[in-house]
Amino acid sequence: MTRRVRIAAGQGFWGDWLEAPYRQVTGGPIDYLMMDYLAEVTMSIMQKQRSRDPSAGYARDFVPLMERILPLIVERGVRVTTNAGGVNPRACAEALAATARRLGLGGKVTIGVVTGDDLLSRLDELLSRGHTLTNLDTGRPLQDVRDRVQSANAYLGAWPVVDALRQGATVVVTGRVTDTGLTLAPMAHAFGWSADAWDLLAAGTVAGHIIECGAQASGGNCLIGWERIPDLANVGYPIVDAGPDGTFEVGKHPRTGGRVTVAGVTEQLLYEMGDPRAYITPDCVADFTSIRLQQAGRDRVRVSGVRGRPATDRLKVSIAYSYGYKAVGTLVYAWPDAVRKARLADRVLRQRLADLELQFEAVHTELVGFDATHGRLGSRGVDEAAVPEVQLRVGVRARERAPVERFTREIAPLILNGPPSVTGFAGGRPKVEEIVAYWPALIDKREVTPCVELVTA
Amino acid sequence: MRRAGHRVTRRRTVELRELAHARSGDKGDTANVGLIARRARDYPLLVRQVTARRVARHFAGEIQGPVTRYELPNLHALNFLLHGALDGGGTISLKTDAQGKVFSTALLRLKIRVPR
Repeated sequence: MTRRVRIAAGQGFWGDWLEAPYRQVTGGPIDYLMMDYLAEVTMSIMQKQRSRDPSAGYARDFVPLMERILPLIVERGVRVTTNAGGVNPRACAEALAATARRLGLGGKVTIGVVTGDDLLSRLDELLSRGHTLTNLDTGRPLQDVRDRVQSANAYLGAWPVVDALRQGATVVVTGRVTDTGLTLAPMAHAFGWSADAWDLLAAGTVAGHIIECGAQASGGNCLIGWERIPDLANVGYPIVDAGPDGTFEVGKHPRTGGRVTVAGVTEQLLYEMGDPRAYITPDCVADFTSIRLQQAGRDRVRVSGVRGRPATDRLKVSIAYSYGYKAVGTLVYAWPDAVRKARLADRVLRQRLADLELQFEAVHTELVGFDATHGRLGSRGVDEAAVPEVQLRVGVRARERAPVERFTREIAPLILNGPPSVTGFAGGRPKVEEIVAYWPALIDKREVTPCVELVTA
Repeated sequence: MRRAGHRVTRRRTVELRELAHARSGDKGDTANVGLIARRARDYPLLVRQVTARRVARHFAGEIQGPVTRYELPNLHALNFLLHGALDGGGTISLKTDAQGKVFSTALLRLKIRVPR
């Protein structure tokens, strides 16, 4: 059995720092590179791309990123787990295989493809057999928005990724596999954990939660002592160094910036947390109140004590549906009386929208520099007259496109026909955005069959 | 100060940020704030004073739904769920802070009574 396994986080979301994976591979020894690309609404963006181009629908920049590190990964025997495959993992794998061949690595790279998460084509069949796919937040049945659904994906866990690794995949490209599963899988594979070793699976899940947001575990977006975190320009992304008993250390490569401390890791443990006793994944239910943290050395945090319970018999399903339209317009008002001028402009704008009889689901006004981040908690007690400038930011939302479109033409006129000392309209008319909203639901695990294939470059 | 055999503890008011740090995020229309004691010995004080009810009052007018609190004594931390905090959340929200990233420091404005 493998004694230890090192799993390095390379991407915390689609759009994360492109230098991070390269530095993780070159900065010191690692066994696995884990790259998380998928957020709640990412799948719907990818679905839209695939509907226009059948070879699209995955995180496109993953392939050029891999082009840079693939020779190193092959040379050093590093393996990759990633959900960059989005709604089209096969196309992603084929693009990667083509890149590998171009680099002269044909025959040296095996790509595992994990699918089976995509339920879009089966929705009507599932609904007709009584799966209501009720919205977990609102309690509404999916039938309410069925004709507007754009994507539907079950969250798969670590096991199909383990299967791909077992079959010899160098790179495992998945669709909607959980963020935590991408880290748990290498541990479960390397240490031969069984599917009912709940404490171990929970430990791997906690490791995954800690590093799934990249540098957020190693000094990025860290509130405590933020001014003293060294060299964020060269921040080292986190690395889990795990043992077969499920205990692990979180660290980073030497000679990198950032910081790994108990306090910083605690911040990340609580990030996007619900009930800490029941962190539910497809693989287990982890109890975050059992976690013990200890500073094991400089930039090393030891994690132990994690307890888990059996997985539930259901999987979460991430459904995206077309909701409506929105637009946000901004103008900047200068001293003196910037706040009062911006408020007057807001009243004038709202009056005009009302006079045009435009129907909105919501009109939302913020004064950036005054109340946009903390609302009245931030602005009360502030000397309004002394505020040097504010940005008036007005957003509207409607089910129909037309009123939102009309709203975008009501911002610019305020420069000449509204309150004075206004500037900052260089960006032009606001853009109308389609809102694709998230519909979380549950489905019986037996309805979802993960599938693993291998593609050889 | 002693009076009739009782010790009277003098107290002063500080902002919560002196005692705790925090990180916040989102799940749909709910913002979560993880609140962590800077020193383990201050955790009981957070448990006593930073109640769900107090946090709900703090955010009154800023959030639409109730507040739930969970305790993590192992991490000297509390986790708050602020329901209806994000104008629908995710892509629906019109807020600058659609993902609840800065509810953390908004909570740290809370006033806490500490022994002098």
